[in-house]
Amino acid sequence: MTVGVLALQGDFREHMAMVRALGADAVEVRTPGELESIDALIIPGGESTTIGRLATAWGMMDPLRERIEAGMPTLGTCAGLIFLAAGAVGSDQPQLGVLDVVVARNAFGRQVDSFEADLDVSGLDRPFHAVFIRAPWIEKTGADVEVLASIPDAEGREHAVLVRQGAIVAAAFHPELTDDDRIHRLALGLGEGG
Amino acid sequence: MEPSVEHGTDRVKRGLAEMLKGGVIMDVVNAEQAKIAEEAGAVAVMALERVPADIRAHGGVARMADPAKVQEIIAAVSIPVMAKSRIGHFVEAQILQSLGVDYIDESEVLTPVDENHIDKRAFTVPFVCGAKDLGEALRRIGEGAAMIRTKGEPGTGNVVEAVRHMRKMNAQIRWLTTVDRNEMMAAAKELRAPFGLVKEVAETGRLPVVNFAAGGIATPADAALMMQLGCDGIFVGSGIFKSGDPAERARAIVEATTFYEDPETLAKVSRNLGEAMVGIDIDTLAPTDRMQDRGL
Repeated sequence: MTVGVLALQGDFREHMAMVRALGADAVEVRTPGELESIDALIIPGGESTTIGRLATAWGMMDPLRERIEAGMPTLGTCAGLIFLAAGAVGSDQPQLGVLDVVVARNAFGRQVDSFEADLDVSGLDRPFHAVFIRAPWIEKTGADVEVLASIPDAEGREHAVLVRQGAIVAAAFHPELTDDDRIHRLALGLGEGG
Repeated sequence: MEPSVEHGTDRVKRGLAEMLKGGVIMDVVNAEQAKIAEEAGAVAVMALERVPADIRAHGGVARMADPAKVQEIIAAVSIPVMAKSRIGHFVEAQILQSLGVDYIDESEVLTPVDENHIDKRAFTVPFVCGAKDLGEALRRIGEGAAMIRTKGEPGTGNVVEAVRHMRKMNAQIRWLTTVDRNEMMAAAKELRAPFGLVKEVAETGRLPVVNFAAGGIATPADAALMMQLGCDGIFVGSGIFKSGDPAERARAIVEATTFYEDPETLAKVSRNLGEAMVGIDIDTLAPTDRMQDRGL
């Protein structure tokens, strides 16, 4: 199995290392041609505005949409979640719109509000240690979207931060910054039994 | 929030720098420039009173930007905003943290106030610091820096010093991975760096934090050169807004940083960018005008 990691900008090397540790091949994807040979896709953390503008300028939006809508397993983390989503509150940045959610960017605050916390994830037997960096949360979810984890904000209101819709899994946090590969296995069907 | 939530950890501080990798951080002096930078695909902006070329021309003491200026820039963009404090000026850093900046650059571009650097572990906001070599990088990381950048001569439009710093860093890391365990303390002494960090680099073969290129980058080719030398991303100071067509040049440098290994794309994005900033030959600078020798 070959996992393509969108390498326009962001922490794509961390994702590639995790994929390789799970026994799959990992390749960097920057152009439509490089999309053709992959079986699964990761959209990494980074700056979603930068990734969106580069993807638009280099003709990647439609080829990405086509492959994802055809059912290719796809994992997006942080900026990846924002890029997959159908909308972002108060922003007209380029988004793929393949995941039926609206996100709020930098929803927890600025960098001083970035945090780590243990997260209960539906389907995992013990909590996932999640790293949230200037993270978004999910404001609205469509009917086909399953919420796998949520977290309370400073006022105690719960917000979805890990969701699944068909073959797409998207997280507001960064599993690639930890040694815990369970979300990569869940999203991409890698590892034992995958 | 849940009781188990932790802010300001090394992982959270270093993590933001990881997210900036493969991207371009641009110096801006007002909201209008910040928007041009964001629109061009910058991953972050550095909020400044003056770009380094103007600091160099202006002379005198260069200080932290006016808080009103920093706030104006924070309000204008959705991407992270960095700002510079003087080396050792922990109160400027406290003020910048209170304004909500996302990263503080403890920078040789401003006039240092102390032989000591800021105790960066005392802050929740992360810091980036310049380093000309491995020892300097590890001293800054030991003080709590969560990101390193080269210390190429600022405001010159001349990338030669950034290249020198990156080559030296790479060579010293390569050397350290070959050092015998019994000679590790002597290596730490030679590098004048904390033993634990020296041992870590010897074992992993890499810096424990992200290392960006900074100082003198003026063209897409300069950015790609630094990326091919192994930098994780690019700071552009005066190179964009001191050039003939800032928006076009900014976009071209962003694209060159992504497609840094593809000469055909580099040729394409480098076309018709207008005048690059005027450069300065480093050998014509008086020793007192060399900013990279501040705060070692």
